[in-house]
Amino acid sequence: MVKRKTLAAVAVGSGKNETDLREPINSNKHISTKKISSIMLRVLVYLGVFLTVAAMLFIVVYILIKGVPYITPSLFEFTYTSDNVSLMPALINTVLMTAVALVVSTIIGVFAAIFLVEYTGRGNKFVSVVSLAAETLSGIPSIVYGLFGMLFFVLYLHWGISLLSGALTLAIMTLPLIMRTTQEALIAVPDAYREASFGLGAGPLRTVFKVVLPSAIPGILAGIILAIGRIVGESAALIYTAGTIAKVPDTALDSTRTLAVHMYVLASEGLHINETYATAVILLILVVLINAASSAVAKRMTKGKFK
Amino acid sequence: MTARLAFDEQLKLLNSELTNMAAMVERAIEGAAVVVQEGDAEGAQKIIDSDGLINTQERDIERLCLKLLLQQQPVASDLRNISAALKMITDLERIGDQAADICEIVMNLPKAKRLLNIEHLPKMAKTTSSMVHCAIAAFVESDIEKVNAVLSMDDEVDALFDAARDEIVADIRQGGPNESEAMDFLMIAKYFERIGDHAENIAEWAEYSINGIHKGHQLYQG
Amino acid sequence: MNVKLSVSDLDLYYGDFQALKSVDLDMFEKEITAFIGPSGCGKSTLIKTLNRMNDLVEGCRIMGKVTLDGEDIYKDIEVSTLRKRVGMVFQKPNPFPMSVFDNVAFGPRTHGVKSKAELEEIVERSLRDAAIFDELKDRMKKSAMGLSGGQQQRLCIARALAVEPEVLLLDEPTSALDPISTSKIEELLASLKKDYTIVIVTHNMQQALRISDKTAFFLLGEVIEHGDTETIFSLPKDKRTEDYITGRFG
Repeated sequence: MVKRKTLAAVAVGSGKNETDLREPINSNKHISTKKISSIMLRVLVYLGVFLTVAAMLFIVVYILIKGVPYITPSLFEFTYTSDNVSLMPALINTVLMTAVALVVSTIIGVFAAIFLVEYTGRGNKFVSVVSLAAETLSGIPSIVYGLFGMLFFVLYLHWGISLLSGALTLAIMTLPLIMRTTQEALIAVPDAYREASFGLGAGPLRTVFKVVLPSAIPGILAGIILAIGRIVGESAALIYTAGTIAKVPDTALDSTRTLAVHMYVLASEGLHINETYATAVILLILVVLINAASSAVAKRMTKGKFK
Repeated sequence: MTARLAFDEQLKLLNSELTNMAAMVERAIEGAAVVVQEGDAEGAQKIIDSDGLINTQERDIERLCLKLLLQQQPVASDLRNISAALKMITDLERIGDQAADICEIVMNLPKAKRLLNIEHLPKMAKTTSSMVHCAIAAFVESDIEKVNAVLSMDDEVDALFDAARDEIVADIRQGGPNESEAMDFLMIAKYFERIGDHAENIAEWAEYSINGIHKGHQLYQG
Repeated sequence: MNVKLSVSDLDLYYGDFQALKSVDLDMFEKEITAFIGPSGCGKSTLIKTLNRMNDLVEGCRIMGKVTLDGEDIYKDIEVSTLRKRVGMVFQKPNPFPMSVFDNVAFGPRTHGVKSKAELEEIVERSLRDAAIFDELKDRMKKSAMGLSGGQQQRLCIARALAVEPEVLLLDEPTSALDPISTSKIEELLASLKKDYTIVIVTHNMQQALRISDKTAFFLLGEVIEHGDTETIFSLPKDKRTEDYITGRFG
């Protein structure tokens, strides 16, 4: 045994001392002309990645450079005046608006998706019609939703230009998005899980809520994050439905102004361009924060559901 | 319908090797009868030597069977054929030994006494050798009639043994052979009778390979 | 020996396709019954009928009768009760993406067990019965997805055992596993036989031979021959059975 060990040690030692002169057979040294097309493809791919990252970096850095110097305490005063152009009311409104719109669209969207995937047969005609409608809806410009919201919530239901009208308009706007992504996420859950659950005597309700939905959460979350992006960035649909009053509303039926609308108003007034950039910085941070928060919530939900 | 060509080839090979081995054994039995009748030393030696060949043939077939069991994991008729073949070659090999034993006994008799005139012995040899032939044919051709033929021939052989024994007893009474020689004659008769029993065993395994029944009851049940 | 599950004159259609043709088959208590036959012969269809998993398939019509201890499973027994009494393990290990503990506790929770102490006891007993407790006792809170295929399949068996079924159906439970995991599962089934009635679909005839007491051979939706496993594999009565098991089929 001992002898063998020393032999092995010697072998390893000698291997280390002498460099192996052979060429590694997997080295990329020998590139033939055949490979030129693959190299070109590789270049194109890298170029794509570079351009994407560069564009994003440019925008972010540009906004930061232009905006950060103008972030002053006065921007965060609770009440907006035309002097301080405080973004605080708009910030709070944005959070409120996002929360209301998301809650409505997520609940309806997820349940609709559950119905379409779990309670109707695969290849059902109705399902494909609904899916097609949802896809079409998600392609409609937001101003059309704004008009609809104005006609229906503001005028027909007499809710006036308000937080509620705006939030529900945004909810309708993001509904197809959340429904479609949830649908895809549910379809992606392996049937084996459903079989296993049914096989243990669980009913469809328990199967959906304890097995299928928890597995689909990452997919659903992706949809929610996209929806958040659309809600936070939306201005056109809100101008007609939620209005532009830069004040934290007392009731759901008061007009509000979200950050995006706030920026739109500031920019169109043309008097506070620097503050507009500062607001943009805050909006950016807000989006990042909301996304992080929803990830965290989903993570906790996943954990909770799996108990 | 055939999806196992290589396996079927090897099963055919097994059958032909078994037939070869049976032919060697038949020749040994018939040769032993001639040695008994004529006391031919050269012929006797030939048969004793052929026993070695029979043993080698047994090894070869055994190896083939084990290889098939291992590689093909046979079931149903394949399993019955191969396991029956394994059992049959043991009996064939024993028959070869006994033919050689008969020749050795004849060689050890004093020269003058070699010419045996016990008339039932050649008949025993003839019957047992056709038993072996018939038993192997029953296996190769899956012919149950031939099995039954072997079983009835064994009864014949048993009767012939009794007759031969009576003959030897009568010879002793007439003062023919001495005690030791008479003993040897009886041994030879007994060997032929045993050969018949082995041939019967072979036929029984042939029947098993055909219908799964061995000595009147089915193996593999419960 | 008591008949546990009995199938009589069963016809099953998927749309226009007749997947099972007047099947008559008894499965006995505390025995392992193996279903063998070429792909698409109806053996998986039949095993799925035994705990009504075919209910999930659209356009599936079933005529005839299946009884569990004499009770008609389509008339006298509620489907969730039936599936509690007749557990199932599938071809591919399909643990839920949850912890080991929650996987096993899923069934008992479904059937109303809430007390933590009771659940813990059930989980440990089931894992022990599935001969995997020692391997997993320190990983109870870890995700079941991190286990090896063989461990996952035994976990799935433990999960099925946790609802205390009387019958265990296994649909090619080892076809996705390596030989060592396979032999562990075969061992396990042999030891479970004393408490459960087991029905197993297998493509591996050596496996059917090794573990089953009774074998049924299926061809084109019919039971061609069924009976004692040793008899089927040593002396099949039907030429088609002989051709299939000796590998001279098609």
